[in-house]
Amino acid sequence: MSSSDAHAAAGQHAHNPNLAHHFETIEKQDHAVRLGMWLFLGTEVLLFAGLFLGYTVYRHFYHHVFHECSRTLDLSLGTLNTIVLITSSFTVALGFHAIKQGKNKTCAALLAVTIVFALTFLAVKGVEYHHKFQEGALPGKWYHFAEIPDMHANLFYTVYFLTTGLHAFHVIVGMSILAWLMVRVIKGRYSASYYVPVELGGLYWHLVDLVWIFLFPLLYLI
Amino acid sequence: MSQSNDAEPVYPAVNYLNADRGVWSWLTTVDHKRIGIMYLVSVLLAFLLGGIFAMLIRIEHLTPDPTIMSANTYNRMFTLHGVVMIFMFMIPAIPGVFGNFCLPLMLGAKDVAFPRLNLLSLYLYWSGAALALWGMISGGTDTGWTFYAPYSTTTPMTVFPVLLGVFVMGFSSIATGLNFIVTTHTLRAPGMTWMRVPLFVWAIYATSIIQVLATPVIGLTVLLVGIERIGGFGLFDATRGGDPVLFQHMFWFYSHPAVYIMVLPAMGVMSEIVGAFARKNVFGYKMIAYSSLGIAFVGFFAWGHHMFVSGQSVLDNGAFASISMLVGVFTAIKVFNWVATLYKGSISVKTPMVYACGFLFFLVFGGMTGIAVATVSLDVHWHDTYFVVAHFHFIMVGAVIMSFLMALHYWFPKMFGRMYNEGWGMVAASFIVLGFNATFIPQFLLGNAGMPRRYYMYPERFTALNVASTAGSSLLAFGFLIIVVYMSYALVRGPIAGSNPWDSRGYEWDTPSPPPKHNFDVTPVITVDPHSYQNPGEEVEHVIV
Repeated sequence: MSSSDAHAAAGQHAHNPNLAHHFETIEKQDHAVRLGMWLFLGTEVLLFAGLFLGYTVYRHFYHHVFHECSRTLDLSLGTLNTIVLITSSFTVALGFHAIKQGKNKTCAALLAVTIVFALTFLAVKGVEYHHKFQEGALPGKWYHFAEIPDMHANLFYTVYFLTTGLHAFHVIVGMSILAWLMVRVIKGRYSASYYVPVELGGLYWHLVDLVWIFLFPLLYLI
Repeated sequence: MSQSNDAEPVYPAVNYLNADRGVWSWLTTVDHKRIGIMYLVSVLLAFLLGGIFAMLIRIEHLTPDPTIMSANTYNRMFTLHGVVMIFMFMIPAIPGVFGNFCLPLMLGAKDVAFPRLNLLSLYLYWSGAALALWGMISGGTDTGWTFYAPYSTTTPMTVFPVLLGVFVMGFSSIATGLNFIVTTHTLRAPGMTWMRVPLFVWAIYATSIIQVLATPVIGLTVLLVGIERIGGFGLFDATRGGDPVLFQHMFWFYSHPAVYIMVLPAMGVMSEIVGAFARKNVFGYKMIAYSSLGIAFVGFFAWGHHMFVSGQSVLDNGAFASISMLVGVFTAIKVFNWVATLYKGSISVKTPMVYACGFLFFLVFGGMTGIAVATVSLDVHWHDTYFVVAHFHFIMVGAVIMSFLMALHYWFPKMFGRMYNEGWGMVAASFIVLGFNATFIPQFLLGNAGMPRRYYMYPERFTALNVASTAGSSLLAFGFLIIVVYMSYALVRGPIAGSNPWDSRGYEWDTPSPPPKHNFDVTPVITVDPHSYQNPGEEVEHVIV
């Protein structure tokens, strides 16, 4: 994380370039960055919580319309994306396992596979968005979907686009982090003795996955 | 390391202020002390700005009719005042300045856990503040700092940059909170068990939990309002099926705990000050520490008391009212402990102690009126009147600003190595405490008599109290002016303070003033409990250098 390579500390810590000057041991530093990451993931969950709350309230208000709108989403594409994302969580975990054993090439390859899965997810999501744009199943004033008259259906699509849009943004960020990690893995910056950044990147990717695991049933299944 | 009182105080030749030179060295520093100082400059500017807007509002209310500005300008003024004071001053004030400066020193650490994230947090604060101010200057916002929908989603004024600014400043707040939590967990000096953590750190720790858990929600909420303005989705628009009360719930889920982001650090400062100026161990250390966490916890479940008249169910109102009153219980625990600390102490009446007395009075008075407005039936009468304005100003200005001034006077010698003039400090404190009372006590009466908040004009019969309030506010402003003068003087020519001018037992006083760049040459080892004044004659011995 931010401080891990902050100061290639002079003096007593010169033996480990990954240890910042204000930590005594690498174990303490690892503990700190892990705790920081978990807290950050907590803030991410709360960021999405507001949207989940909005979903809950409007689903409660307009139960029927929400159910109808939910049926217009492409279940097979949604399922495909769920499988893609869960598999990508598996590959990133394998990548972490590889770097722990010092297998940099394997790790880089697995991160690359994860990124390909992320791109697949985004492509499929793009296809779904494209359908919705064509049908006019859009948020707010742009709503002109013929099959369901706009009695609050626009709210479903508002929530749909906001939640999946924010999630897609997180996919892009997560993917970029993984790409950055991959480059550094190839350069040999991480090894069996120093792999915490890969672990943290993997944690972030799991969060991206986790959010989708909640979004998928809420939007597509029920 | 600590020096005895009779030794000539020394100003260390090399310290964090002059170890590196040039503006660039400040802008790229990762030193928590320098970041604290930059926060200090920034929040003082924000406070000046917010204060000017407050004075303009008070001047406008000198007469029942338009006095110096149009109705539209008036709306912009109270919005500016609220946004600047809340997001640019109150939230970052004590954590950003004194948290940054003192927390690592108090823990015996060389820096916060993530120094670069700390600097980033300052830059986020600056960017957010710049965005919000630009929005308010270029077009102006008239929604009040609460951005209630659907007004905020439909007003033709420039709201978007202000919302974006608040969003960005939120990230700054999260980064700071996250940093402090991790620092407290991982960088405590050897020997510092959780029950030896200074009470100021406990307060900042509790504050940080709120910052980390509540801020993302307002981030999303203001983002939704912004998106709503662009897209017109109808999320908070009842005519399109949306729910404006949903906005209020999401807004207050952050903004009520945000009150404790502001007041908990203030309580932490108070806990440090009472011990130091009564020369007694702080009474009920554990209770004060736990009650900080208690306030942080129940603070999360009290937000509904802002919506007693928004059509909430009776059951919800009752639940939120009861939970809100629990905050009073935890606050009272602290107040009793502070008073018990003062009892039979050998109190030295210095400027910070004067503010501490003001703080106690304002916190108790503001807190009691808080219990009153948390009572549903009474709130229906007082809701959206000056009574509420006076209540939260008693907490926000009364308690928090007193505490900010306490902290400023108490830690000024540590930060800059020089002393301010005690006599002028007393004069200014008298003006501020008296001026504050004169400003806000009339507002309680105005509110009870039915004067609504945020109204441009008022009936003739409210004139006398409004004039009294404006007169009081000018006393308050004059007090601040005196502080600016003697503090600026002290900064350059004040007498050398020495490492521990208050003879305090806080760990942060065991470094020279101003401290060296890396705080400690050797990691200190803590061997006694904090705030320990048991043997006042003895050398401070809890640091081995």
